[in-house]
Amino acid sequence: MIGLSHYLIVSALIFSIGLVGVLRRRNLLMLFFATEVMLNAVNIAFAAISHYYNDLTGQMFAFFIIAIAASEVAVGLGILIVLYKKHGSLDLDDLASMRG
Amino acid sequence: MENLVYIALFAPFVGSLFASLFGMSERKIFVGIVASALIGLSFIASALLAFNLYTTETVVQVTMMDWISAGDFNVEFGFVIDQISVTMMTVVTLVSTIVHVYAVGYMDHDKSFNRFFSYLSAFVFSMMVLVMSDNFLGLFIGWEGVGVCSWLLVGFWYHKPDQDRKDNPSISPSWAANEAFIMNRIADLGMLIGIFILYWNTGSLQYDEVFAQLPYLNEAVLTAAAIALFIGAMGKSAQFPLHTWLTDAMEGPTPVSALIHAATMVTAGVFLVIRANPLYSMPEVAGVSFFIASLGTFVAFYAASMALVERDLKRIIAYSTLSQLGYMFAAAGLGAYWIALFHLAAHAFFKALLFLGGGNVMHAMHDELDLFKMGDLRKKMRGTWIYMTVASIALAGLPPLAGFWSKDAIIETAFNEHTYILWIMLVITAGMTAFYSFRQVFLSFHGEDRHTPLGFHPHEMYKFVLVAMSPLAVLAVITGWFMSTYKEFIYKIGESVQYEMSDHTHHLATYLGLLVIFFALSGIAYAYYKYARTGENAWKRSEKVENGFFYKLLINQYYVPKFYEEFITKPYAIISEKLWTEVDLKIVDATVDNIAKFLHNTGDKTRAMQTGNLSNYLNWMAVGGVILLLIAAISAMFV
Repeated sequence: MIGLSHYLIVSALIFSIGLVGVLRRRNLLMLFFATEVMLNAVNIAFAAISHYYNDLTGQMFAFFIIAIAASEVAVGLGILIVLYKKHGSLDLDDLASMRG
Repeated sequence: MENLVYIALFAPFVGSLFASLFGMSERKIFVGIVASALIGLSFIASALLAFNLYTTETVVQVTMMDWISAGDFNVEFGFVIDQISVTMMTVVTLVSTIVHVYAVGYMDHDKSFNRFFSYLSAFVFSMMVLVMSDNFLGLFIGWEGVGVCSWLLVGFWYHKPDQDRKDNPSISPSWAANEAFIMNRIADLGMLIGIFILYWNTGSLQYDEVFAQLPYLNEAVLTAAAIALFIGAMGKSAQFPLHTWLTDAMEGPTPVSALIHAATMVTAGVFLVIRANPLYSMPEVAGVSFFIASLGTFVAFYAASMALVERDLKRIIAYSTLSQLGYMFAAAGLGAYWIALFHLAAHAFFKALLFLGGGNVMHAMHDELDLFKMGDLRKKMRGTWIYMTVASIALAGLPPLAGFWSKDAIIETAFNEHTYILWIMLVITAGMTAFYSFRQVFLSFHGEDRHTPLGFHPHEMYKFVLVAMSPLAVLAVITGWFMSTYKEFIYKIGESVQYEMSDHTHHLATYLGLLVIFFALSGIAYAYYKYARTGENAWKRSEKVENGFFYKLLINQYYVPKFYEEFITKPYAIISEKLWTEVDLKIVDATVDNIAKFLHNTGDKTRAMQTGNLSNYLNWMAVGGVILLLIAAISAMFV
């Protein structure tokens, strides 16, 4: 029987994969993907816990996150395209312009 | 009546503010005139109040406003015009008026003329607050104000450089000002403690409320309060061992010396004891009172002995003040408060006259004060000579001048109280007083002319200054004649100030008086024999005398200033230096510095984080997230 903990473990694993992506990737587009992965990991956890407690609030929250993530991706991709046009690259190492 | 009280109190303050408007500009004669006129106004108001009190016998008490109101603690800005304060007010404002007019002439050439008047009037204002207040806190404010103003005035010529102690015992005006201020601060602490003790035990600072509660207090409290308050009085009135500032304060301009010594400042201590007479006449504090009397007698003798050999004109007068303050404390300590107050008033007149006359001499001799360089000045300064002689006779205590009546009464009191040792010392001191005051007169105004060979060409002071001094001369003569009137006047205040000689003393009074006169006359005669003759009998300096043990002891003020310097000032400087280098620099400063250094270094190290690379930032963000998670987890474990 698949229980709550399984879902949470899957969620944690996916979150970790996303986190590693955020930390290791240099390409901005990949970073976006990684953040999407993390968001969806959280969504899984929300849905699972919501089901476990028989409370729809968590699932509603997941929907909200999906909606907001979609709009965020739309804006983010727009910025990425402008950036790419300007610099010809999406590599973070090339984009660094401010140094402390 | 209320308006008169406010006029008497605030006219000097207005004068001070007015003069301070011109503080930075060059000499403007009207500043001096306006300031003098305002003090004169204050005197008229005080005199009217005194007359009113004399005729109607109603004590005026006014409350200007609530001052401090915190919880149960309430102090009002209140003033009381009773027999004690009105005496002080009249004396203070009268002497101050004359000193102000005098200063217009004396400070004529000084470039800080306007600044001087703003200080001088502020000084008088502080003194008025001190004597008029109806509670201890108001008195304390005036007390501190007087201290500050004395600091400003003694150090008025702050630009004069420091000299060696051998050349000038008071080193420099700014040094003397600091000494006066610091010594007074030490004593003020005692005074403050005394006020705290009284408040703690009576719950009030109002004189009448405090005094009404005194019978319910126990002996320890009363004694502690009496001692603490007297320590304050010792500082202001320069009693041993806090006396050295008084002679050094001679560094200030002469009008200031006249004001400090005659009317304001030094009389504040005597005033405090007289004001607190219900406390000091409690049988429980008889020991303290007797100590006051003994200390007063000792100081009278001690100061007079130092005046015997002093060469500096102003310092001689300063010692005589010290000595006369001793007399006042002797009277107050023995319970004869009204005699002390009467002596205070009489002394104020002739002492102011003496100082202002001394100022004339100093002015004429171009700031030279060494008596050995004067002699035979009477031909060139006739007016001043007459004033100085009158004042010296009054100081020496010859009838019918002011000094005789009050001083004789004090000596009689000492006899009446069967304190014969005090009595003998006071009688001897009276003889010494006569000797040194006439030594000073003879050395400066009589004898051989020693100043012309030295290139001095003395000239008499301005006419208006001499005229302005004349009221003091008149008062120095006649004050004593009103002693019985004054006694009647002040007796109305209540039993605590009343003091009567016993019948036994009364019978002997004439003989006692004659004895004092005999001592005084022999002192004068000896001074005449030694210093006033001319020709081949003229006085000459003698090496043998000046190298004698007693002469050395006296001229060095019993080595007390030296002792203070060696055992207090120098060790204190060493300790301060050590604390500075060891504690302040290495602990306090180092702590502050290290905090700054730590912040700076952390910033310097962590600056490397700011690579400008988003990826690195994200990594750091993750680290932060992990740390927060850890903290959350750890705190969850403990909850």
